[in-house]
Amino acid sequence: MTRDRRLAWINGLLLPLFNVLTAFLATAVVFLFIGVDPIEATKILIYGALGYDEGLGYTLYYATNFVFTGLAVAVAFHAGLFNIGGEGQAYVGGLGIALVALYIDPTLSAWLVIPLAISGGLLFGALWAIIPAYLQAYRGSHIVITTIMFNFLASALMVYMLVHVLREVGQMSPESRNFPEVVWLPFVHDVFARFGYNIAKSPLNLSILVALFFSLLVWFFLWHTRWGFAIRATGKSNDAAVYSGINPKKIIVVTMCISGALAGLVGVNELIGVQHRLFLNFNYGYGFGGIAVALMGRNHPVGILIAALLFGILYQGGAELDFELQNVSRDIVVVMQGLVILFCGGLEYLYRPLLIRFLAPIET
Amino acid sequence: MENSHIAIELIDVDKHFGSVHANDKVNLSVKTGTIHGIVGENGAGKSTLMSILYGFYQADSGQIKVFDKDFISTNSRQSIEAGIGMVHQHFMLVENFTVLENVILGSEGGALITESLEKARIELTRLAKEYGLEVELDVAVEELSVGMQQRVEILKGLYKGAKVLILDEPTGVLTPQESDELFRIFEALKKQGVTIILITHKLREIMSITDYVSVMRAGKMVANRQTSETNPEELAELMIGRKVLLNIDKTKAKSGDPLLVANNLEIHNEQGIKRVSEVSFEARSGEILGIAGVTGNGQGTLLKALAGILPLSKGSIEILGETISPKKSLNPQELRNLGVAHVPEDRQRMGLISDFIASESALLGYQNDKEINQGVWLKRSLVKANCESIMEAFDIRPTNPDLMSSNFSGGNQQKLILAREFERNPQVLIIGQPTRGIDIGAIEFIRKRIIEMRDAGKAIILISVELEEIMSISDRIIVMCDGEITGTVDAANADEATLGMMMANVLPSDKQNTEAQYDS
Repeated sequence: MTRDRRLAWINGLLLPLFNVLTAFLATAVVFLFIGVDPIEATKILIYGALGYDEGLGYTLYYATNFVFTGLAVAVAFHAGLFNIGGEGQAYVGGLGIALVALYIDPTLSAWLVIPLAISGGLLFGALWAIIPAYLQAYRGSHIVITTIMFNFLASALMVYMLVHVLREVGQMSPESRNFPEVVWLPFVHDVFARFGYNIAKSPLNLSILVALFFSLLVWFFLWHTRWGFAIRATGKSNDAAVYSGINPKKIIVVTMCISGALAGLVGVNELIGVQHRLFLNFNYGYGFGGIAVALMGRNHPVGILIAALLFGILYQGGAELDFELQNVSRDIVVVMQGLVILFCGGLEYLYRPLLIRFLAPIET
Repeated sequence: MENSHIAIELIDVDKHFGSVHANDKVNLSVKTGTIHGIVGENGAGKSTLMSILYGFYQADSGQIKVFDKDFISTNSRQSIEAGIGMVHQHFMLVENFTVLENVILGSEGGALITESLEKARIELTRLAKEYGLEVELDVAVEELSVGMQQRVEILKGLYKGAKVLILDEPTGVLTPQESDELFRIFEALKKQGVTIILITHKLREIMSITDYVSVMRAGKMVANRQTSETNPEELAELMIGRKVLLNIDKTKAKSGDPLLVANNLEIHNEQGIKRVSEVSFEARSGEILGIAGVTGNGQGTLLKALAGILPLSKGSIEILGETISPKKSLNPQELRNLGVAHVPEDRQRMGLISDFIASESALLGYQNDKEINQGVWLKRSLVKANCESIMEAFDIRPTNPDLMSSNFSGGNQQKLILAREFERNPQVLIIGQPTRGIDIGAIEFIRKRIIEMRDAGKAIILISVELEEIMSISDRIIVMCDGEITGTVDAANADEATLGMMMANVLPSDKQNTEAQYDS
């Protein structure tokens, strides 16, 4: 194997693997501190997430959300943009989905209504990203700052929409009425049942196919189209992009729209997939989780699928830990997530010199 | 310690960077109070050697003696204490500090700097008188000319007690006249017993100023000579290891129609600062138009405007049937489609993308070409095949389109860019610094290719800071100073002295443009 190839393996596979393992090791130490046997905890976590079909369903359902937000962060990252606004874009994207679901003629075919609802999510997610993008491209306001601010704006906007516009008359809680059934995405257990297989009920629905489809699309777009080339060129070298005739300002706006649109798909899973209504904070944590997923997945769709699965496992397994063990609360998920972000993001290259020295030494 | 006969002695100094043997058992001895030149091609290991002396790197093995004392330096402070001062190629000055503030940087003394400022003022006035290094002390450095900034660097070294001054390519940014002034300062320093080590690749300087010269090639010290007993031909051969053609044979240009006509251009750079004004010229087919000038006199800005990267503020460019004006600009993509190729000055940042594989760098600027796109699909296998074929045509090594661009040597990177731009059969070529920082073999190859393009009837605009390059391959030369054209010369009658004066804009006005007005 050539040295280049070995380096690629180190960067692409070994490094994330070592980072995640370190994060788990650190989590084990946390467990020891709170008086929990880490091996016992690991068993519960793995079994809870993967051991039986309902748990697995939950894991994949969580993972679906992380695929969307992970892809969103990754696409922006290829253009050199750090989109912290996945949270808000997912939220407002949900509004787009809900508006289609609530106001469309329910007698239409599901084959038309569902794609329209998905488009609503794409469109609103993109719209929520376009203002920070414009400000970055043409006014020089830093995208990190503006997208964070837009998360708060999204939050305020959604409270207003749910309390004053979409809340059903006479209803106390800030949520919309139920969507008509035609826009519901089928649950996986229902699909299986139709073919005669009975599996336990879980929130897992066909959004997971949407997530896989968009993963493939993002991969093709970034590496097999001229627009993907332009985005990557801009991300790697602004000067080279300008030299080649690419307008980086346009790239910023277009890329952020794509990024926001992808984040806007969280609502496909949460709203038309599971809850069938719009409610407060359905997006909670997925936007930020997506940053960790993209970091861990090396901004590549395949890596993102794996990382999203891992985060799904953490979410579902963490819930199981909370249920099974007295001195563990669900917040342990946040701790684990934090440690994964720390080791995969902040300390990304911790092991790189070591790995290179042992596996790909410079030939002399 | 000044009484020692040998200022610096290196014994078997060895340094590896990974697989690169940057310094291979280097021996050198520099006599106190002499000017000692070190020549070598880029990458020969000169800068590494000096960085070891200055404490930036540590040698893997070997011994260093400074004024007969064993010397191991792990940072620049230790080197300064041992009496070594360094003037870097790129100045290490705080632009918006005054000269005085810059000089005391790193030796501020107590918490309050007023006292040390006053001390420094007295000391500097003394030094300036002693060595003829007059500089105004209370002016911000950014307001000084490059030559003056260099003096500040030298003063900084002397102020810190340097007995040995190392200068890395000090004349790269100077006009010939400023260089002469610098050499006069060297003489004054030498008289006061200061030892000077001059790193350069310009043989003319070595011959005119140094007492001794050492030649490096591929990490080894290959020769030590007394300057009076050697000649440029011998040095060049030692540097390269074989005889070289310093001048390329070319036939007389057969110039045809003007393909690019620039009228009265005024251009602002990215920061909105006016860098070019009242520039007019024409580039004809079958002819190489060289644009000479000291770095930073507007040539770079002009190049970018010709390539469509910067807009015009005034004037117009007629190019291949289109007209560019402040109102109507063409972007680099549109210009490429028109038949304008651009080899940028900065190959690392602009010409290619270090983190892209070679085939992707070879696509830069041509990613929208019809042949490689089918609908939305970019045909990567075809991109790779194209890259392979241009790699063979231009002898780019390794011939591997999947290799990261950053893993190619400078010469091969440059050849990749030239191959990309030349292979699309452009009509007008805008070429910036085609051979900067690359090895002699690649330089010959590239210059020949440029002349081939000329003979194929293309109009070529060549910008280079190497006067030698401009003079050896262009047919007509315009000289820029401070954003304006200060002279137009036919390459056949060009001589370095006249060009140098034009570069500094000190040529008596009646001589300007008279020698070689283009007869059209």
